[in-house]
Amino acid sequence: MKPFDFVRPATLDEALAAWRPGTAWLGGGTNLVDLMKTGAMAPDRVVDVTHLPGLDRVEVAADGGLRIGALVRNSDLARDADLLARAPMVAEALLSGASGQLRNAATVGGNLMQRTRCPYFMDPESACNRRDPGTGCDARDGAWDNAAILGHSPACIATNPSDFCVPLAALDAAVEVRGPDGAREIPLSGFHHLPGDTPAAQTELRPDELIVALRLPAGAADFAAHARYLKVRERTSYAFALASAAAALRMEGGRIAEARLALGSVAAKPWRVAEAESLMLGQAPDEALFARAAEAALSGAAPAGGNGWKIDLARRTAARALGLAAAGTPARMPALPASPFGPAEVPAHA
Amino acid sequence: MPDTHTRFGSSSGQPATRRDGLAKVTGAATFAADNRPEGMLHAVYVPAAIARGRVAHLDVERARAHPGVVRVMTPADHPALAGDPDDKPTRFSFRIEVLQDDTVRYAGQPIALVLAETIEAATEGARLLSPRYEAEAPRTGLDDNAPFDVEEPGFGAPGETVHGDPEAGHAAAIHAVEVTYETPPQYHNAMETHAVVAEWDGDRLTLDTPSQALAMSCAAYAHLFGIPAENVVLRSPYLGGGFGSKAIPSGPMVLAILAAQEAGRPVKLMLTRRQMFGPVGHRGATRQTLRLGCDADGRLTVIDHETLAATSSFEMFLESASNASQGLYAAGALRSAHQGVRLDVGTPGPMRAPGEASGSAALECAMDELAHAAGIDPLDFRLRNYAETEPGTGRPYSSKALRDCYDRGAEAFGWSGRPMAPATMRDPDGTRIGWGMGTAFFPSPMFAAEARATLRADGSAMVETAGADMGQGAWTALAQIAADGLGLPLDRVEFRSGVSTLPDGGVAGGSGHTATAGGALHAAGGDAIRRLGELAAEQPDSPLFGAGNAGFEAREGRVHVAGDAGRGDAFADILARAGMSELVGSGRASRPDADTRDYAMNSHGAVFAEVAVDPDLCQIRVRRLVGAFAAGRIINPRLAESQLMGGMIWGLSFALHEEARHDPRTGRIVNSDLAEYRVPVNADVQGLQVLTVHEDDTHVNALGIKGVGEIGITGSVGAIANAVWHATGRRVRRFPIRIEDLLAPA
Ligand SMILES: Cc1cc2nc3c(=O)[nH]c(=O)nc-3n(C[C@H](O)[C@H](O)[C@H](O)COP(=O)(O)OP(=O)(O)OC[C@H]3O[C@@H](n4cnc5c(N)ncnc54)[C@H](O)[C@@H]3O)c2cc1C
Ligand code: SF4
Repeated sequence: MKPFDFVRPATLDEALAAWRPGTAWLGGGTNLVDLMKTGAMAPDRVVDVTHLPGLDRVEVAADGGLRIGALVRNSDLARDADLLARAPMVAEALLSGASGQLRNAATVGGNLMQRTRCPYFMDPESACNRRDPGTGCDARDGAWDNAAILGHSPACIATNPSDFCVPLAALDAAVEVRGPDGAREIPLSGFHHLPGDTPAAQTELRPDELIVALRLPAGAADFAAHARYLKVRERTSYAFALASAAAALRMEGGRIAEARLALGSVAAKPWRVAEAESLMLGQAPDEALFARAAEAALSGAAPAGGNGWKIDLARRTAARALGLAAAGTPARMPALPASPFGPAEVPAHA
Repeated sequence: MPDTHTRFGSSSGQPATRRDGLAKVTGAATFAADNRPEGMLHAVYVPAAIARGRVAHLDVERARAHPGVVRVMTPADHPALAGDPDDKPTRFSFRIEVLQDDTVRYAGQPIALVLAETIEAATEGARLLSPRYEAEAPRTGLDDNAPFDVEEPGFGAPGETVHGDPEAGHAAAIHAVEVTYETPPQYHNAMETHAVVAEWDGDRLTLDTPSQALAMSCAAYAHLFGIPAENVVLRSPYLGGGFGSKAIPSGPMVLAILAAQEAGRPVKLMLTRRQMFGPVGHRGATRQTLRLGCDADGRLTVIDHETLAATSSFEMFLESASNASQGLYAAGALRSAHQGVRLDVGTPGPMRAPGEASGSAALECAMDELAHAAGIDPLDFRLRNYAETEPGTGRPYSSKALRDCYDRGAEAFGWSGRPMAPATMRDPDGTRIGWGMGTAFFPSPMFAAEARATLRADGSAMVETAGADMGQGAWTALAQIAADGLGLPLDRVEFRSGVSTLPDGGVAGGSGHTATAGGALHAAGGDAIRRLGELAAEQPDSPLFGAGNAGFEAREGRVHVAGDAGRGDAFADILARAGMSELVGSGRASRPDADTRDYAMNSHGAVFAEVAVDPDLCQIRVRRLVGAFAAGRIINPRLAESQLMGGMIWGLSFALHEEARHDPRTGRIVNSDLAEYRVPVNADVQGLQVLTVHEDDTHVNALGIKGVGEIGITGSVGAIANAVWHATGRRVRRFPIRIEDLLAPA
């Protein structure tokens, strides 16, 4: 691979100061290093942020919300009692992703920033507007059928593959970043960009900014009793989603007081549709209602090539996830988190 | 010579654990790429990014200028090979790509090689070559080129076989199906990617490289480099999986050896995972059309099986899938035929159950379809067509306990509770459930091998044969056989293998290694014992004095007169009296032509599958897989069980997961990594049960061994696909079966 500088700063300020154009931050490296090996990413400098102090903790904020450090490993977060109490579907989503070994390495910041799994993006020999602006998009008419069905553009049909981000979007999480100009917060729902004409601008984060934490608002806990993540995939575990959905309901007297629904692997960002959520307000949960909500969530969906089946699948996934949420969050994490085959239960802390 | 040693002692039949197990789990096992001889250079080759065309430009200057780069080999500039790479020095030789010219014949073909002081420098040098191509439209799908007729799909398998009168069979059919099944390209993807460390000393070559066929590989390398085969020492103590892909030398290995020769320094080359998709073989795609007919009683009047299979543009190897229909069911007429299609892909090669896996998948589904059409239970249908002798030829089977397999498997599974109609079984939560079955069937070949057994003064022994342990446990089973041949406990036998300087252990392929190398080891043991006995017979102090004509047996470190355990002598005492430090016996094994001619020899089995399918989301999960197999004598039940399990999991993989996808414009495989080229993970495998049915087979070989390495795949693919149909009522005739296939409106 291309030679690069390797820097391991000890403080946040040193890290920010180490940045220059052509730098990549290194978290667990499970995505960055793979992409460097294929040549899809070729940074001149790699700044390892995993030794920065204080970013590997989950803290309960004064208002009851959570502040999750950017360096918390995916597997640690998935077992964090404060998270499980407030947002079990986030843990379920994390545990449905990748493998145990990868989750042990992967960080919160890296997960938010993980790139699309579009194989043409990962292969530097292919034309890809997201990787090399203006070169074209080989995924169109290509051999990849897990492309977007929502929010795609002629320039790019990639999806964001993260499971983690889907419930985060549903729960109005926000990303805390630090850059040369100081700190700012970016709502998760606006963190990832739709491709439009500029798919290379993948996120709202500027290259010289570093993710330091993730904020989960206190209100997330209101949904804890009725919140599920559901992920359809081509094998039982260790596969990216073909379609996924995070569904959360706040129930009052048998009626839906508030509803959240976000879809994953259907667009370049976790997909939320206000109309799909609002139409459930005040209603009693039932299949027909969830079917309507799912329908609304998929409104405007269009295949990007031969993947029209994904529209149907995503609709069914959304409806099922809502049904599962209505049935109530299981007391323990399912043995197969987020799986349609996950009814068997084992302790979440096993 | 009286056959003194077909009797089994105490080691065979025991579930001994793998001899290499501890070394592997502790990381002590040295695989080829773990070697690092002094002064070693690293080689990295550039894989073609197009599948058809020519390399128009390579930026050699830039690559050479990169610090650490020592040499750049291109088609325009590389040392000559002594032997023509288009020759076929061995029976299993393929034309390989070694920078003969600038033509690109498949994506992933080596088009240049960079040698450097470090792997990083070599990798970057290879990248800096920045090839430019003149590309032509690649042909990667079965319809992209005109089919051609085939005389020999590969390794001597016939292109067309007809028994009886297929037309009459069709005419006589009361129920009939005509169905077309497709199987995709699949890649072996052993955990250990192909690797070589090559070191020359004058005209002597030492190779550390994983090999399933040591002697044959040496012969091939010797031919290419113009040296005698005995000048090549190939060391292959451990293989991280082979599955057929490590039997035949590939282009990248040869290039690394060539680079080492020119550089005068040792060279290491190890393929990346992506590079595994191209020059080291794969299972080519097939399209199979089956026309089956049966009479009113469900007796097959005809099986007519046609296969269109892919090969490369420059070499011949086809999935001889149609041959899976020969030899199994008692049909009135049988026809198996093949056509090939030349594509811009790497040459396919033997991949675990080559031909049988794809052919069984289609055949067992077609059988299920016909059983349904005839309104007969699928197991009953197979029993009605049970072949007592080999269909077509009438030859007897050397042994065939398939009926027991059906019975035992069905009972363990609970098959009798299966409703006939599809899409009727459900869990309380609505999950669709389906049951399916398939017959497993695999030939029991034997190759030729040699071995040596050395009895030592201390009464212990060393046995040697250049065999290959790909992780299946061959060395453990072979050592058990060898110990029995010598009448010694396993721990008194030192077992040496995996280096080409030892007697030729033959090919570890075709599920014939245990039978072949085992046979040679057993014979070598017998030879040593006979020599020892004859020696003792001439020693006046020995209890065996004068016993020369009776024949000898050995047990617990003693030779005794055959049939008279009371009259014996200890190995060590005989050698001591003779003043010998050791005594050497040698043995060979191969199957007599008469047996090959007179008997049909196969392993058999029955596989039963239960799948769950989510009713809305259509995700599929295999819940139970029960296989009952009859494969002759089982030398080591623990290892045999895991081989059969591994085969069944492979079948699951075939049915539901594996598929390489080519980009239609470049011909590159887009899912050339283990995240996207899917194989089952642990969570996909549950309820796996293996039963074995014992067979005494005196024809298959002296030891009665049939082999267990590949049969588990056959039957399993069909069983799972049939279960998916039974769960959903949807017949998917393209593998792997995917969620989208079940989602689509009927
Ligand atoms: C085989 C495989 C299967 C997988 N399956 C799944 C799956 O099913 N579901 C799923 O959701 N994910 C899956 N993943 C992806 C996995 O979740 C990500 O690779 C992981 O979360 C990335 O985290 P990391 O810390 O290793 O990031 P890195 O690889 O270190 O970095 C990824 C990106 O984030 C940037 N980055 C890292 N930290 C920061 C920071 N603090 N601030 C700003 N930028 C930063 C890096 O520069 C880089 O661009 C899979 C990955 C693999 C390899
Ligand atoms: S879909 Fe997007 S990421 Fe994929 S090749 Fe096209 S532009 Fe690149």
